[in-house]
Amino acid sequence: MGASHQSLLAGASIKRAKAGNGLWFKIKQQKILLLLLVPGLLYFFLFSYVPMYGILVAFKKFRMQAGHPFWSSVFTAPWAGAYGLDYFKAFINGPYFWMLMKNTFLLGFYSILFGFPIPILFALLLNELRNRYYKSFVQTVSYLPYFLSIVAVVGMMKLMLAPDTGIVNVLLVKLGFEPIYFFGLPGWFRTLFVSSHIWKDLGMGAVIYLAALSKVDAEQYESAVLDGATRLQQMWNITLPAIKPVVVITLILGLSHVLGVGAEKIILMYSPLTYDTADVFSTYVYRQGLVNMDFSFGAAVDLFNSVINVFFLVSANYLAKKITEESLW
Amino acid sequence: MVRDTSVGSRILDIVIHLVMILVIVATLFPVLNVVAVSFSSPENIASGQVALLPKGFNLSAYHTILFEDVHIPKSFLNSVFITLIGTAVNVLMTTITAYALSKRYLVFRGVFMTYVVIPMFFGGGIIPLFLVVKTLGLVGSFSSLIIPYLISPWWLIIMISFFRTFPIELEEAAKIDGCGDLGALVRIVLPLSTAAVATIALFYAVSYWNSFFPALMFLNDYAKYPLQLILRDIVLQNTLADQLASQGNAALANDLQESITPQSVQYATLVISIVPMLIVYPFIQKYFVKGIMIGSLKG
Repeated sequence: MGASHQSLLAGASIKRAKAGNGLWFKIKQQKILLLLLVPGLLYFFLFSYVPMYGILVAFKKFRMQAGHPFWSSVFTAPWAGAYGLDYFKAFINGPYFWMLMKNTFLLGFYSILFGFPIPILFALLLNELRNRYYKSFVQTVSYLPYFLSIVAVVGMMKLMLAPDTGIVNVLLVKLGFEPIYFFGLPGWFRTLFVSSHIWKDLGMGAVIYLAALSKVDAEQYESAVLDGATRLQQMWNITLPAIKPVVVITLILGLSHVLGVGAEKIILMYSPLTYDTADVFSTYVYRQGLVNMDFSFGAAVDLFNSVINVFFLVSANYLAKKITEESLW
Repeated sequence: MVRDTSVGSRILDIVIHLVMILVIVATLFPVLNVVAVSFSSPENIASGQVALLPKGFNLSAYHTILFEDVHIPKSFLNSVFITLIGTAVNVLMTTITAYALSKRYLVFRGVFMTYVVIPMFFGGGIIPLFLVVKTLGLVGSFSSLIIPYLISPWWLIIMISFFRTFPIELEEAAKIDGCGDLGALVRIVLPLSTAAVATIALFYAVSYWNSFFPALMFLNDYAKYPLQLILRDIVLQNTLADQLASQGNAALANDLQESITPQSVQYATLVISIVPMLIVYPFIQKYFVKGIMIGSLKG
């Protein structure tokens, strides 16, 4: 490190006399590196920063004009109402607002309530396995669902839960129950959503806890055993404190997503039959914004949702700092 | 280590083994069931006879998929194509960007770093993204599935910290021997980075193979659909139509699907879509696990 700096600086100072400008010389000297950066910078500009500018769509009466790039159409479009808030007002006063709020919150809340502790428990129990091969076999099996596409996972559920031929309903009938039309009943949606989420992410979710656990010094356990601690006491007093920082950070990130349930999985799972419990902000954005091409309204709903998410993230972080002295920032 | 042989410890062991068996069964049963049904005869499927082993072994569903229905082989090839090209381009973009940003002496490095990190936390949302892709004229082509997703900031950051672990003397020596920055990257750094490059390639490849949402947003031509979108049409829309039909809602069911695909074909399509993952995942999972561990413990 020192060597490179010196040689660079030496090179720079020799030529600085000629070039007259250190910065300009450096740029010339690093032109290959800078050229390597150009495609990446351009990519982030086009697909991250231009869309950020595109948020203006939510505040304007935007129409896609043929032959014009959207950024100029946004620029010339009139503001939506006095403060550009017409679409927000229409959404908040609209008939769907509270239903979407409730569905989004409940799906996110149940996902955390059940989905958050289970990988931790799994990691703790897995960590107790002494046989290395058995342990890695269970782990390898548990990763499998993570690699399946969300379409395949929902597809499997739909096939296995199908009313006439799915194995679940076949078993129900054999046991003397009525078959259940799982995907047609609003009352089942949340259960299906959360349980499939747990099924898919259990193995990978446990990985970061296992990583934290692998750092615990074996001597701690040995001295605990000498002091007569039971295995549950060891778990409680050594293992859990060791993973506490990771637990808190995962929880903060999870809480920030309470209202951030993504559209992808729900779009695959829901139908007009189950909108009552399944429709959330992001699916509404997709339907109104992209399917019905009401760009301004869709963008307004999306922005509203993002703002609430940031609020949740900040609050969760603040609370975590107060209570556990761990935080993201 | 002293073995704990108390009653409490034995009970704990039993609980642990029960949980592990539960996890194994819960994970494998759905996959085995779907595979078994896909190889069974239509009569046995319709009467719901199949659990873990095929009943009335039958390949007609696969015959239909592979030789009669052109969409599935076509979409399979589309997915292979998108995955190969997308992964190659993403790896190239991520590598060169990370390499330049990993140089501590790079001019304006702080500015560039801030610039690439901000998109990890803020975004415009899907509507503005759609408008950008549409304005650029990418809608309807394969490039709309790749170009908007060229670099994942997450993997960029991991690659940057990986390149930083290289001793600077290595490249110094290369430069003294007359290598430029590009030469050092191609001849020194990349050959020593195959494990890291392979890891991000795997991540990108799996996410390309499994993605359906960009295709749903940006493609309108059935012939260009990737496998996941065909799978959605064949399995998801059909089971819904099925369901509506069995609830007596025939009109709505007909709206959804003109003709309902036979169950055996739905199962077989699902199997075709997951087979590549079933084959590769035991080999690549350790890279993923390592990658996730590195990523999580850095923060």
